[in-house]
Amino acid sequence: MSTNPSTLAQRVTGWLGRSPEEAVAAAEVAALRSDRFRLEREPEWKRLDAIVTRIEKGRMRRISDEDLLALPALYRTVASSLSIARETSLDRATIAYLEGLAQRAWFIVYGPRATLGGWLRRFLGGGWGASVRALGIDILIALAMMVTGTVVGWLLVSSNPDWYYALVPAGDGDPRVPGASREVLMKSLFGNQNEPALAVFASYLFNNNAQVSIMAYALGFAFGVPSVLLLVHNTALLGALLWLYHGQGLTFELIGWLSVHGTTELFAILLAGASGIHIGRAMAFPGQASVLDAAAAAGRRTAQVMAGVVFMLIVAAVLEAFARQLLDATAPRLIVGAAMLIFWIGYLFVWRRGRTTGSAEGDGA
Amino acid sequence: MARAIRAVGRFNAHEDRRSRTILTPEGVRLPLTIASRGARAAALLLDLLLIYVAIVATTAFLLWIGLGVLGMKPDSIDDKTAIGGALQGLLIFYFIAMFLFRNAWFLLFELGPRGATPGKRIVGIRVAARHGERLTTEAVIARNLLRDIELFMPLLFIGGALMSGDDVDVAAWAGVGWFLIFVLFPFFNRDALRCGDVIAGTWVVEAPRRKLEQALSVGEGANGRSAATGTQYRFGEAELAIYGEYELQVLERVLRDNRPEAMADVAEAICRKIGWSAGRGDERAFLDAYYTQLRARLEQGMRFGKRKADKNTPGAG
Repeated sequence: MSTNPSTLAQRVTGWLGRSPEEAVAAAEVAALRSDRFRLEREPEWKRLDAIVTRIEKGRMRRISDEDLLALPALYRTVASSLSIARETSLDRATIAYLEGLAQRAWFIVYGPRATLGGWLRRFLGGGWGASVRALGIDILIALAMMVTGTVVGWLLVSSNPDWYYALVPAGDGDPRVPGASREVLMKSLFGNQNEPALAVFASYLFNNNAQVSIMAYALGFAFGVPSVLLLVHNTALLGALLWLYHGQGLTFELIGWLSVHGTTELFAILLAGASGIHIGRAMAFPGQASVLDAAAAAGRRTAQVMAGVVFMLIVAAVLEAFARQLLDATAPRLIVGAAMLIFWIGYLFVWRRGRTTGSAEGDGA
Repeated sequence: MARAIRAVGRFNAHEDRRSRTILTPEGVRLPLTIASRGARAAALLLDLLLIYVAIVATTAFLLWIGLGVLGMKPDSIDDKTAIGGALQGLLIFYFIAMFLFRNAWFLLFELGPRGATPGKRIVGIRVAARHGERLTTEAVIARNLLRDIELFMPLLFIGGALMSGDDVDVAAWAGVGWFLIFVLFPFFNRDALRCGDVIAGTWVVEAPRRKLEQALSVGEGANGRSAATGTQYRFGEAELAIYGEYELQVLERVLRDNRPEAMADVAEAICRKIGWSAGRGDERAFLDAYYTQLRARLEQGMRFGKRKADKNTPGAG
């Protein structure tokens, strides 16, 4: 077998034409079995490639139903081609191509299943409530922290009014400072319905509140400790305000003023803090799972809660901007605030999926 | 035997330290390559640049509408006129746009079919769920909520501290320290996970897009016949037995690159090894023939369960 074609005899044979023996060998070499395999299946690979490329470019609508139906089958064909090629072919480029193609198709076949609209429907139609209920005891922990923060804020300021300036970020010319008269404080609560730029203020507030609650959530990563601190600090401000208005006998009026949007906003902050604590607890006490898996499971569960928190803060901002200015008395403000609170509790904790088919209940706010 | 194991180990060492394998539901192993930290940093910088451009463009556009077209003055915001209302509308739009740029940019793009922001697309990486699970909407939300404390908060913190002047040192250093903890986090785990990836159960992988290359064994040269000189190249068992799969792949790369100098070098090296003295000028045909016949031999060995990783693996077949 060890013929050396560089010898003269071989060269001459080459020039004159192949001997029958060599022709057989050449035919076998001409199409390696692995390349024959490849050439047979190439059209299917290329079809899948074209479909995947179009989907990746976001041209979903230009894909025919036929192609879309063929996608899973083509993906499986390519996956099996890859398995076979790995065992029979040494063509590195083809295997690399198949690996890349199978990977891209896999991402599409097993990618995010729902469209954003579909996800939203599922989210409002019970998914959000379920994820909130899954937080379980962490909601109570967060609630306890918020109550503690309020009490601490009150006690600090009542023991030494200088604390007020430390807790409440004072804007220039803000009349709400210790020692302010009843009239001044009263004026800050009522009679502002003619201020025109409040809608702008509300969108600004939403931006701020949303960032604070995202932070309370994200800080859960450090075993939940910063989330707790943030909750306590923010509610200490509430305690200080309560003390200030209480001093002039305006507690009830302040609560009314706050409750219009406050029940929604504080509820949102409560959920954000509870989510942060949930993650922190999952990482500190992962149980049977590894820390990474526990963190990932908690993170995904609470991500839905957080999407809801942002939604609640939008509602709160709208309430703050419009409802509070339109309702210039304590009683209607309290009614709206209480109604919102009952709505959120009912929607998130009482209403369960499956009892009704509709999904529009969620966006009644 | 020990030599064989060592040789196989060396063969596998060609695979990157960043490569991972996931098992699809069909039972197919799919290789994934973890995106390098440099690529991710580049993608992030590109995204930040794009966001910055978008913010500047939006702001400039709103200012142009507000001041240029409608002729507003800054204090007309409190006017109870149509102008005041329009200005308020613009401001609300501005705040919402800023919120979306900061929070929704990454979110919306990563939920798309490519699982990547424009920056990631340019660099060629994408987001995927760890261990081959399905990438869910929740996971993408979670990983991007964390971005806020990893990136934007410390930056604002440092910026704010620099602006206010007073307690620059303490606050700015706290911001830098915070920033560093999150920035360095990916360097302390094998999969280059950032905090958001940990929480979401995701990782960032390379998303290669390859074209299907020409089959190498279908040309004239693959028949062992040189188109230029008509020479018939046939290699014997002993001449093919010296090389393994690794060398075959090197040869494949050289053939696909098709650079004459490289081919001449490789042809010379092979000739030296197998004791031939082929003339110059016909390297392509020579290498085509050698590649095809070597591959035929190795693939035949494969079918019989005998593999030869590289030239150091002792006699397979």
